[in-house]
Amino acid sequence: MKKTHIIFLIAIAVLIVALIVFSAGDFSTYESISSAKKKQGTFVHLIAKLDKTEPIEYDAIKNPNYLSFYAVDSLGGKTKVIFRNSKPTDLEKSERIVMKGKMEADHFECKDILLKCPSKYKDDKKQLEKTITNQQDSAY
Amino acid sequence: MQFEGEHLLPGQIGHFFVLLAFVASIISTISFFTAGKKTDLNEKNSWLRYARIAFTTQLISALIIFATIYYICAHHYFEYMYVYKHASLELEPKYLLACIWEGQEGSFLLWAIWHSLLGIIIMLKAKDWEAPVMTVISLAQCFLLVMLVGIYVGDVRLGSNPFTLTRNEITGPIFSQPNYLTFIKDGVGLNVLLRNYWMVIHPPILFLGFASTIIPFGYAYAGLQTKRYGDWITPALPWALLSACVLGTGIMMGGKWAYESLSFGGYWAWDPVENASLVPWLILIAGLHTMVIYKATGHSLKASYLFSFLTFIFVLYSTFLTRTGILGDTSVHAFTDAGQAINVMILLFVAAFALPSLGLFIANLKKMPSLQKEESTNSREFWMFIGSLVLFLTSVFIIAKTSVPVYNKIFGTHIAQPENVEFSYNKVVILVAIIIGLLSAIAQYFKYKNTSSAYILKKIAVPTLIAAVITALLAFIYPLTYYKMGAGFLGAAYVALFASIYSVIANAAYIWTGLNGKLKSAGGSVAHLGFALMLVGILISSSNKEVISDSRANGIHLPISGKDPMTKESDNPQENLTLIRQVPVNMGPYEVTYLKDSFGNEKGRRFYELLFQKKDKVTKQVKEQFTLWPDVYIMKDNNMSSNPDTKSYLGKDVFTYISYAINNKNQEEDTTQFKISELGEGDTAYYSNGIIILNKVVKNPDNGKYHFKPTDAALMADVTLVSKDSMHYKGMPAIQVDEFGVNQIDDTVYAQNLYLKFAGVTDNHKIKLGVKESDKLIEYITLKAYVFPYINLVWLGLVIMAIGIIMSAVKRAKLSTFYAAVALIVAGAGLFYMFLLAN
Repeated sequence: MKKTHIIFLIAIAVLIVALIVFSAGDFSTYESISSAKKKQGTFVHLIAKLDKTEPIEYDAIKNPNYLSFYAVDSLGGKTKVIFRNSKPTDLEKSERIVMKGKMEADHFECKDILLKCPSKYKDDKKQLEKTITNQQDSAY
Repeated sequence: MQFEGEHLLPGQIGHFFVLLAFVASIISTISFFTAGKKTDLNEKNSWLRYARIAFTTQLISALIIFATIYYICAHHYFEYMYVYKHASLELEPKYLLACIWEGQEGSFLLWAIWHSLLGIIIMLKAKDWEAPVMTVISLAQCFLLVMLVGIYVGDVRLGSNPFTLTRNEITGPIFSQPNYLTFIKDGVGLNVLLRNYWMVIHPPILFLGFASTIIPFGYAYAGLQTKRYGDWITPALPWALLSACVLGTGIMMGGKWAYESLSFGGYWAWDPVENASLVPWLILIAGLHTMVIYKATGHSLKASYLFSFLTFIFVLYSTFLTRTGILGDTSVHAFTDAGQAINVMILLFVAAFALPSLGLFIANLKKMPSLQKEESTNSREFWMFIGSLVLFLTSVFIIAKTSVPVYNKIFGTHIAQPENVEFSYNKVVILVAIIIGLLSAIAQYFKYKNTSSAYILKKIAVPTLIAAVITALLAFIYPLTYYKMGAGFLGAAYVALFASIYSVIANAAYIWTGLNGKLKSAGGSVAHLGFALMLVGILISSSNKEVISDSRANGIHLPISGKDPMTKESDNPQENLTLIRQVPVNMGPYEVTYLKDSFGNEKGRRFYELLFQKKDKVTKQVKEQFTLWPDVYIMKDNNMSSNPDTKSYLGKDVFTYISYAINNKNQEEDTTQFKISELGEGDTAYYSNGIIILNKVVKNPDNGKYHFKPTDAALMADVTLVSKDSMHYKGMPAIQVDEFGVNQIDDTVYAQNLYLKFAGVTDNHKIKLGVKESDKLIEYITLKAYVFPYINLVWLGLVIMAIGIIMSAVKRAKLSTFYAAVALIVAGAGLFYMFLLAN
């Protein structure tokens, strides 16, 4: 075998090892609220919705780094969420929330929030229909 | 029904040219392919003539389509879906171009136009190689243009026509009226995040980068098709260099854009969309080096083929990742799902280029000439090859991680991103930075074929020593402070810092000692120097990035004990700081005052004036001051978008953006009186924006706010406010009786502009709660601020790298000195202005 072949094989072996060693424990999973509750303290991704029947607590003057609200998912799970950061401005209007964090005793300790808002889905036809109907309403 | 006020002609013209372009691209593909197969010169030339006419036709058609879209956008013809979706009346003219490439269709069109223009140059210059290379380009054109065709084959719509009418695309009651257009007052308009001058520049450059990678691919295919296995490298190399320069610049423009106008807090976030464009670039760079090796020594031909093919295949794969919506939740700025038909077509596009090219490659592997003699470990080609391999494996690592949503889709798994996405990449990439830094420092001191070890040691001794001394000095004077990932990573960061400084020094030295100052041949060294400088900048700016808006250190609402009463924690990152208007707050080395806010040109845009002052500690004299205007954009649907503002110094940037703001309007004198309600525990009172609940009355409270002793005579009302938008607020007014009399401690709920007073106690165990609603609003904003040190090294490094690559390209393409000088000066000045001056 040529030296380059040996190097190539070694390099690929190193890459595979690197991928496994560095990344094996390095992935988290998408969970529902109830399955996340079974995995207390594990870093997970939750896909949920804002529970509009419960209060949102945020007072930037008292503490700009404390937000709490309730989230529900499509399977009926519900949890309190605490996000120690500023309130994402579109939270109330979001249709879906992807939250990254850990479930703790009585709440979901959220590290990061990704909002899916209707406006960001410009290609969503339903949204466009709504917009265009609203324009008509405001014209009358 | 006859609809009123529609302008249907431009759409009909546009769609005609879409169809014409598509058909022409099919004809040109077939003709170029046939021309490439013919050996008879007459036949070949007549096929070539057809092909050229067809290709030129599709270029002209594509330009007309582009002009037509521009025309309908500029005239706000909202009867067209594309205009309704992407344009709006208030949009400034400079963003009209951006409207075109905001959408799927427009960006495919842009890509197709670049392919066509590059194709014209190939037709003029490529001679023997024209037919096979153009076959590849024309085939790509077929796939790009079919995305715009929008005709039905059975029930499936092929592509989406940019000239469809709004009334045909969406249903609504207004479309049953002939005068429906009078109801459509305005379009949805360009996404606010995209209203930035980078949106005008970045996509065309990036797409030129993507488009140009097809040329090395085409040449590699030509090499296999003509069986002239090694000859294609010489003409392909300048193209590969051009592509590396444009794509690299395009990617970093995206980074600069993200840094300047998005609230990411940085220029690189390992977002899938960023990765998808970085991966082809890394493979391209790997391929560039193997091509250089082949030209000099005859080694690495197979690798050159593979890398040239994979570069474009990964451009297509990244299109698949970012355009089909498969990334979904993992990316902030991928295109959204465009419908099944488009997804299938993009997948076919990837397959149509990946399978035949790799198949041909494997079929021809045995026939390719290869040297039996091995590379010596003391040769330049050996180390260059190792470097290419490392770059290639890095790209495999990145794309493997980025493709997780694809595995989830295929295997039905639920794997998500790790807790710290950036670190999961950084810990691998930092090792790559070390290897690439060292290799790019040392490799060129080796000569091709063989070099004596004594020669190498003699040449690199001085640069090594200088780099070691500089790194040691830096560690001492300006240490890296990236502690949060542990000592191991910090150590790796230091080694990487040494490696990249080493590379800067060694490449600079090589220009003089190795090339005797012959700048014409120094392209490689200059490019490496720039790349290494970029690495230095990346290492320093990311490890010494500092949050100065830390509310633990300088918040206006400091917790009394060590732990925050609300969050019950003291060690979490509290990076937001609230500023009340006109109240100076200390932030890092600055005293910051939120002075006022004002409206910008666009409706709904509000700028906040922040005065930063640096004062002398002793004399309190202002040593330095500047004003930043971060802004918040309230869109039509009331969503907000926050755009940062940055103060740039030579050595650092102060970067700030608004993380939370409410709209305040009134600013009159406060004349309201307290309104007294009598409440028992559990009773409710009303205020204008909601209700006030008295939870309980606490005697001598000892909590985060008050610290009464059991011997005091104090009462606190524990009050919850529930506003109409169902936000909850706590209020804790108190009353204390001591030897000096009655002492009322009012509480304020700023967010509701409410003052609460514990006014007294009634006989029937109720309390008197005073509520004052102020119309003098308290104006505040919450912001984040960072200091990025030495970020200019990143941009400077990039510009130097781009210039170096152009120098190489110019030399490899054997351009005349005049053209070379023009190309260099224009590109260099343009980049320098864009990245370092315009801000």
